[in-house]
Amino acid sequence: MYIVRCTSFFLLFLLLPLVTLPIQRFPKPEFETNYTQPSTQIPVPRAELLAYLDVLVLLVALALVSWLVLKKRSRLWVFAMSVFSLAYFGFYREGCVCSIGSIQNVSLALFDHSFVLPLTVLLFFLLPLVFTLFFGRTFCAAVCPFGAIQDLVAFKPQSLGSRLNTVLGIIPYLYLGLAVLFAATGTDFIICRYDPFVGIFRFNASFGMFLFTGILLLSGVFIARPYCRFLCPYGVLLNWTSRFSRRHLTITPKECIQCRLCENSCPYDAIDFPVTDKSPESRPLMVKKMMMLTVLVPFLVLIFGYTGSRMQDTLAGVDYRVKLAKEVMALSKMQDAKAGSREPGAGSRKQVQDDSFEIKAYKASGKTESQVYSEASAVLKKFYLGGWLFGGFTGLVIAMLIAGRMLPVYRKDYVTNKGRCFSCARCTDYCPIKS
Amino acid sequence: MPGRREFLNTLMRGGILAALGLLSGAVIFRSRDGKSCSYGFDCSGCSRSKSCMLPAALEARQTVWQLDMTKCIQCGRCATNCVMSPSAVKCTHAFAMCGYCDLCGGYFKPGTKILTTAAENQLCPTNALKRKFIEDPFFEYTIDEELCIGCGKCVKGCGAFGNGSLQLQVRHDRCKNCNECSIARNCPSQAFTRVPANKPSLMRGLGKERPGTAAKKGGVDA
Ligand code: SF4
Ligand code: SF4
Ligand code: SF4
Ligand code: SF4
Repeated sequence: MYIVRCTSFFLLFLLLPLVTLPIQRFPKPEFETNYTQPSTQIPVPRAELLAYLDVLVLLVALALVSWLVLKKRSRLWVFAMSVFSLAYFGFYREGCVCSIGSIQNVSLALFDHSFVLPLTVLLFFLLPLVFTLFFGRTFCAAVCPFGAIQDLVAFKPQSLGSRLNTVLGIIPYLYLGLAVLFAATGTDFIICRYDPFVGIFRFNASFGMFLFTGILLLSGVFIARPYCRFLCPYGVLLNWTSRFSRRHLTITPKECIQCRLCENSCPYDAIDFPVTDKSPESRPLMVKKMMMLTVLVPFLVLIFGYTGSRMQDTLAGVDYRVKLAKEVMALSKMQDAKAGSREPGAGSRKQVQDDSFEIKAYKASGKTESQVYSEASAVLKKFYLGGWLFGGFTGLVIAMLIAGRMLPVYRKDYVTNKGRCFSCARCTDYCPIKS
Repeated sequence: MPGRREFLNTLMRGGILAALGLLSGAVIFRSRDGKSCSYGFDCSGCSRSKSCMLPAALEARQTVWQLDMTKCIQCGRCATNCVMSPSAVKCTHAFAMCGYCDLCGGYFKPGTKILTTAAENQLCPTNALKRKFIEDPFFEYTIDEELCIGCGKCVKGCGAFGNGSLQLQVRHDRCKNCNECSIARNCPSQAFTRVPANKPSLMRGLGKERPGTAAKKGGVDA
């Protein structure tokens, strides 16, 4: 009897429903033997308390490294700390969540009210920035596992020259802009998607990623910290906060005596050389330059902003809601065309087999076509505004770079560039003046 | 000159601090949509939905990834898109709602005539689903977690022909809790969501059992 019922169900449900909701089709049996039903095992996640422990470790590490950099001025100890951070945040914690990625969580939380931002993630975002604001980029020196792993392989650093440094230095700004744009629209977390190191920390990188990481680390032997200098989006924020830091690592503990011993000591080209030419430019020339800049900045912002808004479709094309709307549109066009011709039955049967998983899921979800379209158009609208902002931001960055190169500087000594310096404390060893 | 520079620096520092403060305030005390509180409560029946912003902010929970079977279409990407291999998603059996069928839609390939445990009869590509005779006509089905790759074939069969007691779930002893789950971004039905870490399961029909039952390290899910 029971089997017959089962079999009839087997026949009845030959047309597979798409979403298989748990439905009690068969009653729970009443066992005659004393069979005890096993219980379903549900593993619990990592204890929440441990996430706070991570924050504590971050805090202590930041404080310790700041002290080591500013007070002890010891490269050896900073190096030891970077090994610890690589081991703890890298290989033990396996990279998630990291301060770099937390940019996206914060951006998403700002725009999507249903997204939870755990306090710990917010702290991972804030703490390094606050420390940098007071002590320089000590986070980069020896707390960030990404920086640490690259620091370990920088055996033969070469200078890239200031022009190349500046041009490549634009990439992190673009990366940051895109990451915020995609996170704020709820499209994707691109920093996590293209994270080169997490696959190493977990020993499970995909082949493509492994190749990329390999190339990055190999080039990192000659171009020290390539990710930090030419990719890291969090580095942009740290760079700007560090420029206004209260204290910062200095090459010499006292007065610079222009001995030039430290000149080539920085693997990251982060030492600014003296520029002693006192009055390089006449006043009228300066006025002319300033006037040019006041025109150039808004012009670049607008041009790039406009270009960004025109890229709305391209940018939004990555979004899953927009992709789905396109697929649904293509499908309904095809069906319209089919409706014109005969034999609808045979056509639709074949259709079901050709559907992508996305279309299958859409059909199963019970959403209407117009719902899908309106969702997609809401996303498109966000990308229009986002495109303007992203473009404008890019324009501003480029304008600032040009301004930075145009305006004169005066510098007496060899000093660390507060923005770019990772506070690794290498240069301190080269200075002949000790304490 | 240095005095003015120092002053400007201090000003900027204050500005940046204020900006960071504002930003954190904005993300912590953001307005809720009033429908569902992101901390795992349904706001519709909640009396303090208006005033819960502060407490909710303070107890801001860790979240973990979980998949919702009411949306899942068993596309099979769970098996292939996880950063772990084998996937952290595995089939989990809600015994409380199992029918203990002889002809199990999750165990047998459709069209199987003679119900034996021969490998060619089994839906599961890795023979992870085990069938054990209990009493006539009932059979118990358990999952060998080590073998299961989370492909969802059995889940589809069970959902289509049976009670839907076989369900895919993220197993949190294996999951790395990636900041963005790599299955979530490829799931065609947006079945993956972040759930509060203290309610990590979205299983249906567990009966009395509550999530959080300690896991046996590895071994059979039974
Ligand atoms: S620049 Fe970025 S990747 Fe490099 S150490 Fe700093 S935060 Fe880490
Ligand atoms: S990817 Fe999504 S639809 Fe596919 S099996 Fe996993 S949860 Fe289900
Ligand atoms: S059919 Fe797939 S999901 Fe089900 S037990 Fe086998 S491997 Fe796991
Ligand atoms: S969060 Fe990561 S480990 Fe967990 S299921 Fe998703 S991809 Fe797999």
